[in-house]
Amino acid sequence: MQSFGQKALNRRTVGIVGGLLAFSTLFGAHSAYAADRIQIQFWNAMSGKLGETVQHLADEFNQSQSRYTVKPVFKGTYKQTMLSTIAAFRAHNPPDIVQIFDVGTATMMSAKGAYIPVYELMKKEQIPFSTRQFIPAAASYYSNTRGHLVSLPFNSSTPVIFYNKALFAKAGVQPPKTWAEMGAVGQKLRATGAACGFTTGWPAWVQLEQFSLWNGLHYATHDNGYKAIKGVKLLINEKPYVEHLARLGAWSKSGVFEYGGPENKSRPLFVSGHCAMYMGSSASYAAIKGGAQFPFGIAPMPYDARLSGAPQNTVVGGASLWVMKGLPASHYAGIAAFLKFMMSGKAQAYWASHTGYVPVTLAGFEQLKREGFYQKQPGAMVAIDELSNKPPRAWTMGIRLGYMPQLRQIERNEMEAVFAGHKSAQAALDDAARQGDKLLAQFAASVGQ
Amino acid sequence: MRSNDSSPFPQRWLPYLLLAPQLVITLVFFVWPTYDALSGAFYQSSPFGLGTHFAGLANFTALFTDPNYLHAFGVTALYAVATTLASMGLGLLLAVLTEGLLRGHTLFRTLFIWPYAVAPAIAGALWMFMFAPQVGPGTRLLIALGIHWNYTLHGHQAMLLVIALTAWQQIAYNFLFFTAGLQGIPASLLEAAALDGSGPIRRFWDVTFPLLAPTTFFLLVMNTLYVFFDTFGVIQIVTQGGPANATTTLVYKLYEDGFQNLNLGSAAAQSIILMTLVGLLTVFQFRYLDRKVHYQ
Amino acid sequence: MNVRKAHAGRIVLLTLVAILVAVPLYIALVAASHSPRDLLGQFPLLPGHQLGHNFASALVKGLPGAPPVWLMLGNSLLMALGIAIGKLVISILSAYAVVYFRFPLRMTAFWLIFMTLMLPVEVRFFPTYQVTAGLHLLNSYGGLILPLIASATATFLFRQFFLTLPRELVDAARIDGAGPLRFFFDTALPLSRTNIAALFVLEFVYGWNQFLWPLLTTTHQRYATIVMGIQGMITASQSFALPQWNLIMATAILALTPPVLVVVLMQRWFIKGLTETEK
Repeated sequence: MQSFGQKALNRRTVGIVGGLLAFSTLFGAHSAYAADRIQIQFWNAMSGKLGETVQHLADEFNQSQSRYTVKPVFKGTYKQTMLSTIAAFRAHNPPDIVQIFDVGTATMMSAKGAYIPVYELMKKEQIPFSTRQFIPAAASYYSNTRGHLVSLPFNSSTPVIFYNKALFAKAGVQPPKTWAEMGAVGQKLRATGAACGFTTGWPAWVQLEQFSLWNGLHYATHDNGYKAIKGVKLLINEKPYVEHLARLGAWSKSGVFEYGGPENKSRPLFVSGHCAMYMGSSASYAAIKGGAQFPFGIAPMPYDARLSGAPQNTVVGGASLWVMKGLPASHYAGIAAFLKFMMSGKAQAYWASHTGYVPVTLAGFEQLKREGFYQKQPGAMVAIDELSNKPPRAWTMGIRLGYMPQLRQIERNEMEAVFAGHKSAQAALDDAARQGDKLLAQFAASVGQ
Repeated sequence: MRSNDSSPFPQRWLPYLLLAPQLVITLVFFVWPTYDALSGAFYQSSPFGLGTHFAGLANFTALFTDPNYLHAFGVTALYAVATTLASMGLGLLLAVLTEGLLRGHTLFRTLFIWPYAVAPAIAGALWMFMFAPQVGPGTRLLIALGIHWNYTLHGHQAMLLVIALTAWQQIAYNFLFFTAGLQGIPASLLEAAALDGSGPIRRFWDVTFPLLAPTTFFLLVMNTLYVFFDTFGVIQIVTQGGPANATTTLVYKLYEDGFQNLNLGSAAAQSIILMTLVGLLTVFQFRYLDRKVHYQ
Repeated sequence: MNVRKAHAGRIVLLTLVAILVAVPLYIALVAASHSPRDLLGQFPLLPGHQLGHNFASALVKGLPGAPPVWLMLGNSLLMALGIAIGKLVISILSAYAVVYFRFPLRMTAFWLIFMTLMLPVEVRFFPTYQVTAGLHLLNSYGGLILPLIASATATFLFRQFFLTLPRELVDAARIDGAGPLRFFFDTALPLSRTNIAALFVLEFVYGWNQFLWPLLTTTHQRYATIVMGIQGMITASQSFALPQWNLIMATAILALTPPVLVVVLMQRWFIKGLTETEK
């Protein structure tokens, strides 16, 4: 017996569909398109202004040729987009292109038979394509063990510090370069009237994952899951992580650090002038620009000076574009053409300058330099400098683990216990590693390893 | 159950036709999914359904050795007990106070029942704003009183917040049932007790309260069920289960693991465990229903 | 003890509780009548002048990344009516079949329906979602309504009610030559009016306030309902530097008004429905 609506369920469905056909036709959603151009469904999670920017790029591509029409479809949050994709795939009706967030990468990669690797598609369509066209930190995150890109890097960001220049001037301090300086800077800021030194967004992503890469540490065995699925174990309860989390816990007591919730819930603490610094996605730039009533600057993440090799490099967060399997053969040339367009300097420059994400192709970066974008917005270089600080090592290409959204949740919960002073950093990270290892074993079993 | 054995109408096929819509919906959207949920719990399947492996009881053992899952049991129990006590206590108090009012009965009833109609998710949004870190009006009041209020950091504060807002919603329900219960108490009994010289408070504990026992028992079950299943929206909006899992209830964990994290086998196993729990509660509830039926 | 004093004391106490119960609503109203910047400083105690403006803005524009509120209100109304009417129709039909006919598997059918009481949609949403996806009902009104309209409580209540109708009614109808359908429309249905009204209020509120199911089955904004939409608005609001609490609270008020009005205006039936179905 197969479970949860696989083929067996679909076969049974056919019988029931007959009975409920009346209902379906009455209530069902219909989508019919004009047949003169081939329609390419591009499912994404880009809401609001980001969605408008995606639509603009699609329009530009559609006007550039006459055979295909790319239709961006907003599918809710990243998680909902992935869920919809899975449901659609199981119902044998997948979208053409889908935007999957960074932590969904391992799940996608292991679902061979659901997607066509981008490098294969480009080869088949005879479009020149190489990993070297991309900034290394973005390429490494989405390429397979042989260095070929399986999905196309798209919206990419990396954590940076946003700091309140007014409060910094008052305290007479510079943004801290190392975590050791952070304590002193935070104390000074507090002494000169800031309510809190810094707050952080996305605790697991910023303070564990990217902390690990930026300091050249190992996050998990087998090069953070790049080399294997079975037998991978987390290393996040080793000394540098424990010390870092203990430091955050102590600062949470003294007010150097204030926790304001997961994801970007804590951003208002910075925008309202309550906290002097916010560590979060470089893509927060637009939102902060829109609301901050004070001059602010952008600085690189602090590193741990005691660790040899730090700072190493950060990697991208955000999402990449996947091409689904099982589409009509006529679609693939159009998909490849659209992806080629999305890599172009022009599209990348438009995207990066309108959103706060970094350009993922070198062509896009060069284009922005030519346009003088980085003179106008020097802060935008910080993310790029972090990403390309040093060529990635085998264990700083990224983090590729199954059930990663759940893993982040486990980590977030354990970190919160430390911030609230309920748990020691060692105990919290030991527990997180233990639960995480179990989860990774479950994932390996679910993909048959 | 009273039923007349001779058939009022002789038609043979018509009843099946009348039953068909309800039965089809029940089979398609209830029986079949339930069967599916039961079987899925014994497999590990990849999200895309490309591989399914028989896992035996592995999903269950993983759950029962997972401290977070056991913790979610504790959270759900605490949440249910605290909310039930608070809303039943207040509901009873209001019912007793409005009972025997000379005027304004309907007005007060209206003022107490309206929160029932507010969706838990919307109630969550209202309360979340009141107590948002730094900016909420309730937060400022508490900080002025010297309380360090930040429910995104302190688990007990987050728990308190969801308990308070759920109790706020549930007062109406308890108030209405207690009012109905009070009206069912014969006046003669209370008068007799008054003649014995016992005061109003004595009368309440000696006469009224014992007679409300069936209502109280029923409400205990219903409030518990409510907290188990209808508060998902509250958690999702206000706390997302945090901080440090302090407000991760069983149903919220199921949603997170299954829908957000695509751990299908685990979600199926959790469904079964929840079904069993509801089943037990429903049996209780049904016995109560059954008794009511005999009285009618 | 002075009876009148005690009575006055009761009124005062009850009034205080009623005010406390209303505080969250008042605060929402105050927030909905100001600008986001007004809400950052000292929280205003009195409503401002922007209530109409904020309502209009939420209704017509909504927030970026969330559909306009009028659309979500419309979807909620469709869903609530669909669920309430659907539940009533299929329940009254099946109760009628179980009471007025004798046929093989009669009680089996009844118990099968009754079983659905055991499992709220929250517990079985995962496989139910799979079935709904398999029927291509995701992102459709059918997907929002159909999986939620099986109703054990309504069936049970109508069955109880039909059992209380005297047998003479049926006999008289049959002497007049009325068949089962005519008896249903001419006698059983009109007599069930009060029960229908009571259940309608209850099921309307149930349908309107659904959160999890619409959240799962709709990813198209076109089908977003207001209760799930609130979450989208809170998320969308985070992409603003200043959380747009005024618009979110305006939306919350718009979202809670219809079911609250239904309950308050149809109190008598609501209470009857609630206490008779035991939910």
